Amino acid sequence: MKIDASKPLEYSTEENSNKIFGFWVFLGAEIPLFATLFTVYFVMVNRFASGPSGSELFEIGPVLIETFLLLSSSFTIGLAVHAMRLGHKKAMMVFMAITLLMGLAFIGIEIDEFFTYVHEGATLQTSGFLSSLFVLLGTHGAHVSFGFLWGVVIMIQLWRQGITPATANKAFIFSLFWHFLDVVWIFIFSFVYLKGLM
Amino acid sequence: MDLERFKVHGEPLIYGAMISIALATIGIIIGLTYFKKWGYLWREWLTTVDHKRIGVMYILAALLMLFRGGIDAMMMRLQTAAPELKFLDAQHYNEVFTTHGLIMILFMAMPFIIGLMNVIIPLQIGARDVAFPRLNAVSFWLFFFGAMLLNISFVIGGSPDAGWSAYFPLASLEFSPTVGNNYYSLALQISGIGTLITGVNFIVTILKMRAPGMTLMKMPMFTWSVLITNIIIVFAFPVLTVALALMMFDRLFGSQFFTMANGGMDMLWANLFWVWGHPEVYIVILPAFGIYSEIIATFSKKNLYGYTSMVFSMLIISVLSFLVWAHHFYTMGQGAMVNSFFSITTMAIAVPTGVKIFNWLFTLRKGRITFTTPMLYTLAFIPIFTIGGVTGVMLAMASADYQYHNTMFLVAHFHYVLIPGAVFAVIAGFHYWFPKVFGFRLNDRLGRHAFWWIAISFNVTFFPLFFLGLMGMTRRTYTYSAETGYGPLNMLSFAGAVGLSIGFLILVYNIYWSTRYMPKDTNGDPWDGRTLEWATNSPIPAYNFAIVPKVETRDAFWSAKQDNIPLYEGNITKIHMPSNTGKPFILGVIFFVFGFSLVFSLWIPAILSGIGILIVLATMSFDRDHGFYIPAEEVIATEKKLRGETV
Ligand code: HEM
Ligand SMILES: [Cu+2]
Repeated sequence: MKIDASKPLEYSTEENSNKIFGFWVFLGAEIPLFATLFTVYFVMVNRFASGPSGSELFEIGPVLIETFLLLSSSFTIGLAVHAMRLGHKKAMMVFMAITLLMGLAFIGIEIDEFFTYVHEGATLQTSGFLSSLFVLLGTHGAHVSFGFLWGVVIMIQLWRQGITPATANKAFIFSLFWHFLDVVWIFIFSFVYLKGLM
Repeated sequence: MDLERFKVHGEPLIYGAMISIALATIGIIIGLTYFKKWGYLWREWLTTVDHKRIGVMYILAALLMLFRGGIDAMMMRLQTAAPELKFLDAQHYNEVFTTHGLIMILFMAMPFIIGLMNVIIPLQIGARDVAFPRLNAVSFWLFFFGAMLLNISFVIGGSPDAGWSAYFPLASLEFSPTVGNNYYSLALQISGIGTLITGVNFIVTILKMRAPGMTLMKMPMFTWSVLITNIIIVFAFPVLTVALALMMFDRLFGSQFFTMANGGMDMLWANLFWVWGHPEVYIVILPAFGIYSEIIATFSKKNLYGYTSMVFSMLIISVLSFLVWAHHFYTMGQGAMVNSFFSITTMAIAVPTGVKIFNWLFTLRKGRITFTTPMLYTLAFIPIFTIGGVTGVMLAMASADYQYHNTMFLVAHFHYVLIPGAVFAVIAGFHYWFPKVFGFRLNDRLGRHAFWWIAISFNVTFFPLFFLGLMGMTRRTYTYSAETGYGPLNMLSFAGAVGLSIGFLILVYNIYWSTRYMPKDTNGDPWDGRTLEWATNSPIPAYNFAIVPKVETRDAFWSAKQDNIPLYEGNITKIHMPSNTGKPFILGVIFFVFGFSLVFSLWIPAILSGIGILIVLATMSFDRDHGFYIPAEEVIATEKKLRGETV
């Protein structure tokens, strides 16, 4: 492996920079994926048949906590990458752990929210609106859950192998993914919850 | 558990198929054990990460699927050959046209093209590999097991029966109660993920791994077409992913996306399907344009005419391909404004396509043409595809489409674009690049025989369908009465289909014959080629190029030969290679189990295999195998051997 010392560790080999570029292309594919889900949601948003509408269902409290958690975790993953650039393995691990814990709390609240909805009789089967709501939120939630597991796998590797070109590359790509989820959430927050509450 | 759901009832044809599948499987297992080939198969093929071998496996699978889809086609043509035939019943006919369309487009045309691009693209850009060799293996096995999942449907549980476009509410649980459309959603989903990964992989490969000096505007045309195709894949396939997921939710979990009540909306499916589906057509046709461009330039011994306009027309087509989807349902009540918009965008595609046709004609003009088999397919493509295009413009007129919609006219049209545009192209590409991969040519005389059978019979099969459509014969009807007067033309079409089958059988016989009797090509450049894939030895060594070539012009190899521009500079050094891995194959198998479990709502195996997928992914991440080096001496020895020198 040729290592180019003039570049940050995560970019330092050809394989590494290809992987980062490849991940950007992959995120390019995630955009039409979520765009399609949002489109489906907008088509369905007023089709609540005999079920509840968004304004009857949504509560701002938990959503604000979710938003706070995800935005902060995007910040802490940034700090983790910063620590990585400085070569502080311990600080990096701590920031990653905080990120993942916030992600976990986010998932917890979302699951609780889903249970509340179902408890109130708003299920996936109730109406077109609810089907699209559950699938849009669920896809984002599944991404966060997957991200959690992925993050754990990377932390184990960091812990065992230290900050190497390979682990730095993985951690950096993970951070891109995490930021992306944050961006998607901002759209969900604005166009699903805020708009739905109006 | 309700075992009844796994059975397919009352179809002697299907029982026959079941028995022959079982016998073939047992035969293969016994054969492999007897000749002690299990180890070879595993080490050399199932675990390979070599882009050339992966490409060969894609092409093999695609050829198999061509015959599977072809048998479906023959059954349909036989059933409709004369009025009131009772060969297939209505349900079976529904399943046959559905799987025929699905298999031909998703499991034959597309993988064939992906196979060719796997073999050729790294060579054309002077690279040693694709950007992510392991992911490439993952792509292949996901495609393969997705295809297998769809293929077992007709013996286990029943095939999808709502057409390849699976319109709702027809494809809903209510109107298609068998598991067929569950197979549809899961098999396409699994192989679709594989395709998306291919898209990412090849975009990175082409943009980042070109040989030094090969700027974008010096790339060979096939590489350009593949780059654009993969960009379309990356934007179109996520839409399919979502559509199929929603379909699965509707059918398995009772959600209300495409239902008729409770706020569902059936037209949403039609829109989502064709937002992916129309670009999909270009995913199979643009690489074909690339293949033809290479072949025309090579066998006319001329530079491709209008290189820049070729590139731009493909770019324009790729953008337009996303703006025309509603031309598939003009008649489904979307209003005059919407129909006009889609009518205009559709017709606009004819402009860049026309530019390409003229460029090919100008390349041929005053060329020194050799009529090899690949060139014959290319020359036949031009007029036949033009008929397809002209009838396409006829269909694009929204108001006129009320006459043709869902008639045999449409069936004729899309076969007139897809068969020359995709099938002829992959066959031409297959003949053209075959010697590169295997080191010997296919027999040209047999190749011409097959060509004439195929090209003539194609027209005999499909031209009558234009008239049948204008006479009012609707698409997907499984039988008709004698009074309709559809009989004679259908019989003619059946005769053509028999001719097509003969052509394809000659093609396969040619592969067999040539493998046994054709002499080896010694210099790796049997056609006097122009692009870099011909600049290395045949068969291609594992590392592709002993020294990475340096490019100064378009058609770099041609200028190297003509003007003595050196391609290779420097000495041979050790070469880094990725090592084989069984994990992509295992991942494919688990995905297959996962898909199968979901098809039949077997939740426990589904959850277990879902967890299995995550575990395999995690172990892939933990892998610290960084490949190995081939020492310089070994490279030098291999090169000498391939050039026929004694070591
Ligand atoms: C090899 C000779 C072929 C013959 C004889 C043939 C014949 C047919 C017939 C009879 C139908 C059904 C008409 C109906 O009942 O509506 C059909 C449908 C179709 N064919 Fe082919 N076909 C051939 C090759 C291909 C190829 C190579 C492709 C694609 C690359 C293809 C794509 C389709 C599609 C997409 C449909 C529509 C299926 C549907 O209605 O859901 N066919 N073909
Ligand atoms: Cu279309």
